[in-house]
Amino acid sequence: MPQSSALMGFVHRRRRGAELFLLVLALIVGVGAYAAVGIGVEEEVPADLFGYGAWLAGLIIGAHIVIRFVAPYADPVLLPVVAALNGLGLAVIHRIDLAREAQGRFHEFAQQQLTWMTLGVVLFVITLLVIRDHRVLQRFTYTSGLAAIVLLLLPLLPGIGRTVYGARIWIRLGPFSFQPGEVAKVMLVIAIAGYLVLHRDALALAGRRVLFVDLPRGRDLGPILVMWLVSLGILVFQRDLGSSLLFFGLFLIMLYVATERPGWLVVGALLFAGGAALAYFLFGHVRERFDIWLNPFDFYDSGESFQPVEAKFGLGWGGLIGRGFGNGDPNRVPFAESDFILASVGEELGLTALIAVLMMYGLIVERALRTALICRDAFGKLVATGLGSAIALQVFVVAGGVTGLIPITGLTTPFLAYGGSSLIANWVIIALLLRISDQARRPLPTVSDDTAAFSDDATQVVRLGGGGLT
Amino acid sequence: MNKPIRTVSIFCLILFLALMINATYLQYWKAGALNDDARNRRVQVASYSQERGAILVGRNPVAESVESDDEYKFQRTYPKPFVYAPITGYFSYFGATGIEQSKNGVLSGDDPRLFVTNLLDLLSGKPAQGGNVTLTINARAQQAAYDGLKNLGGGVEGSVVALEPNTGKVLAMVSLPTYDPNQLASHDLAAVSKKSKQLNADPSEPLLNRGIQTRLPPGSTFKVVTAAAAIDKGLYDADSQVPGGVTYQLPLTHGPTGEIDNEGRACGANNSTIPFSQAMENSCNTTFAQLAGEVGAEDMEKTAEGFGFNQHYFDDLSPQAISEFPQGVDEAQLGMTGFGQFDVSATPLQMAMVAAGLANDGTVMKPYLVDEEQSADLNVLDKTEPEEFSQAVSATAANEVTKLMVDTVDNGTAAPAAIPGIDVAGKTGTAQTGQSARSPYAWFISFAPADNPEVAVAVMIQKSDIPRSEIAGGLLGGPIAKAVMEAVIR
Repeated sequence: MPQSSALMGFVHRRRRGAELFLLVLALIVGVGAYAAVGIGVEEEVPADLFGYGAWLAGLIIGAHIVIRFVAPYADPVLLPVVAALNGLGLAVIHRIDLAREAQGRFHEFAQQQLTWMTLGVVLFVITLLVIRDHRVLQRFTYTSGLAAIVLLLLPLLPGIGRTVYGARIWIRLGPFSFQPGEVAKVMLVIAIAGYLVLHRDALALAGRRVLFVDLPRGRDLGPILVMWLVSLGILVFQRDLGSSLLFFGLFLIMLYVATERPGWLVVGALLFAGGAALAYFLFGHVRERFDIWLNPFDFYDSGESFQPVEAKFGLGWGGLIGRGFGNGDPNRVPFAESDFILASVGEELGLTALIAVLMMYGLIVERALRTALICRDAFGKLVATGLGSAIALQVFVVAGGVTGLIPITGLTTPFLAYGGSSLIANWVIIALLLRISDQARRPLPTVSDDTAAFSDDATQVVRLGGGGLT
Repeated sequence: MNKPIRTVSIFCLILFLALMINATYLQYWKAGALNDDARNRRVQVASYSQERGAILVGRNPVAESVESDDEYKFQRTYPKPFVYAPITGYFSYFGATGIEQSKNGVLSGDDPRLFVTNLLDLLSGKPAQGGNVTLTINARAQQAAYDGLKNLGGGVEGSVVALEPNTGKVLAMVSLPTYDPNQLASHDLAAVSKKSKQLNADPSEPLLNRGIQTRLPPGSTFKVVTAAAAIDKGLYDADSQVPGGVTYQLPLTHGPTGEIDNEGRACGANNSTIPFSQAMENSCNTTFAQLAGEVGAEDMEKTAEGFGFNQHYFDDLSPQAISEFPQGVDEAQLGMTGFGQFDVSATPLQMAMVAAGLANDGTVMKPYLVDEEQSADLNVLDKTEPEEFSQAVSATAANEVTKLMVDTVDNGTAAPAAIPGIDVAGKTGTAQTGQSARSPYAWFISFAPADNPEVAVAVMIQKSDIPRSEIAGGLLGGPIAKAVMEAVIR
């Protein structure tokens, strides 16, 4: 039932039908890609195509039905885009599995990824069911902040922490290994948003003006310095350049949005530049990465830049329309199924698909930021902005690393890359975004008639959270 | 808070634009440079995995691609490896030689003339296929030449080249020792590497195509060039008397170093004349040294160059070694060039061109090995048309020399090449190596039938296990030349 609102000329519509239509398209992408891998690599349609397609469809349609019931006004574009990316990722991982199999190295990454996806969708549904109003999360500001820091520190603990390819970002408990940083990302966004909603006035209004720039007060610098130290700590102790950049950038963006003062960005950028310069001069591995980034082809023969250069060769080999599934050699790039999955996409599906994938990520970010714009409470705005920019930064850091725009870091490609922690965390992020957008797009209850409100039992009292309308 | 959110949106937009521009730069603008990088193994594997066209002799492939079950999809095979190795060359992961290299464009399908075919294949989902190359080789002549050389014994180093005189078609091109290109085309790259090293280190140089790459003094076979130059200049004809002699003191020289003889063959007394046919039959060094002096350095050089000395003329295989006739010689050196010594050097192909030129009324045809280039569906892309290389001598001079060469087969040193019932023109040669430890090089050139030649042959034996005393172009080369000529004529 469409209802017009004065706010931003917004028309409240559920658009669930549109979502379903887009989901069918997303399923065609996922199942079609899976079939194309079979035809391209083994010259036959995979025997399990029907079962696979049914499973994928069940997950996606299940998520859709839950949304219909518990978040009917949620954004209709997010779920289909995520479903398409996840489906495409599964197909590409399956293709790498087949390439490895041909070399006698048997893997079932795709099978595992499908399990992770199932778990992700289950958590997605639970999140939507349990959190019926995102403002509840504001109560857990400090709890989640603490949890985030504990999660980030876990890999440093002896016994359960694991160093994988130089980065100490894994923990292992029994048969399960996990990257706590992915979950910490969500926790951090909630913590920062909750903190900023409370303190943004102090951060925004007090300060002095130096050379056209409003600088914050010294005492307000505390949290930003803590965040800076956390980021540097991740960089130094866990050797994880990507996460460090992601967390700090995330914090800066949210701080800027909360206070509306670009001065914070200047301070933050200077701090980051200083930290990066310091790291460059202090740590050999940072310096090495930087040199390899500048001149990758000089380090190819020594093997140090094998991965980035092979990725570039693969992308160039793919060209505009790609080699087609089965006709490229994406497996030459180490970690073609995870960190460098974008190179696999670019090689076999070409620039066309790579741009399409980037556009889909752009679409997720756009929907997240749009949700932030129309959201009615400050906490929701900040969380949506934080989650959206987290995805934007993560995609930039990963894709930039793969294509050589920036030095290589160790972040996963959301929804595409093989990896359970990342996939599950990202499905939860989408659930949170859908929850916020459901709140934001829901029509306002009619509260114009005060007398009617007292006389009518059905009238609800609507509490507007945090910052109210801005 | 909406204003900063909009700013953040623009920031994110810039991030994504940067990614897309960079991806486009990498996959579109820089793709060519990345593909050209020598270390890019994808490109190597792809070119190595293509279904290459076949190299055909008649209708039979001497090199073809058959499907294989490994990463490279196709295995190059050579059904008659040793006989055809000098022509086909090999196609290995590390490189290619011979026709595999010189006609790589057609064979691999990269040739621009195959563009439309490839485009249609792409649209219909077929993998691109390379085109075929048909050779001018006569399979029987090639086999006869190979068998003939091979029968001389294990350590033989030599070459046979046969041409069709009126077109320039290469009918046979054999070089020994040879190798098995199948071993170099193998997908077991470590074994290929090892084999390649071993072949390259072999002192007998099996990878060399001696037919076009080995230059040696042609010795007495060059006398036909001297004779042609002298007759072309109008000094003599086949029935003339020419200067003879047991010995001849070269101009500008004194004593035994400048004195040449005929190793005991009958060439008349000093300062007498003998019939031209006798001089040719007995391969008289003393006669041809004097003839060269009478012709003069300039005309000797002109005639030699007419036959192809000092010239590049062969494009179907590379590199063609340039046969040499020395320039700026003095009178003593000129005398020695008259019987193919001093700095005269020729490849077997060059001497085959001399025979073919004389057979074809003095007109030398440009030699070629590739008859047709076809697309995978057998459409002819290009058919080589015979092309005149030069008019080396007049038709009259050529016919007079032919008479002398027929006499040489009938009554002289070239007798082993005689074919009953057919007039054969031939000339032997035994060139000094300049090293007493090494046996002389044996040469033989011939063509037949003399009145309407169908085939011209040059045989060169650089080294064989047969004792030195028996070395004479006629004894070793004659029977081989005969077998090749018979293979073509019969």
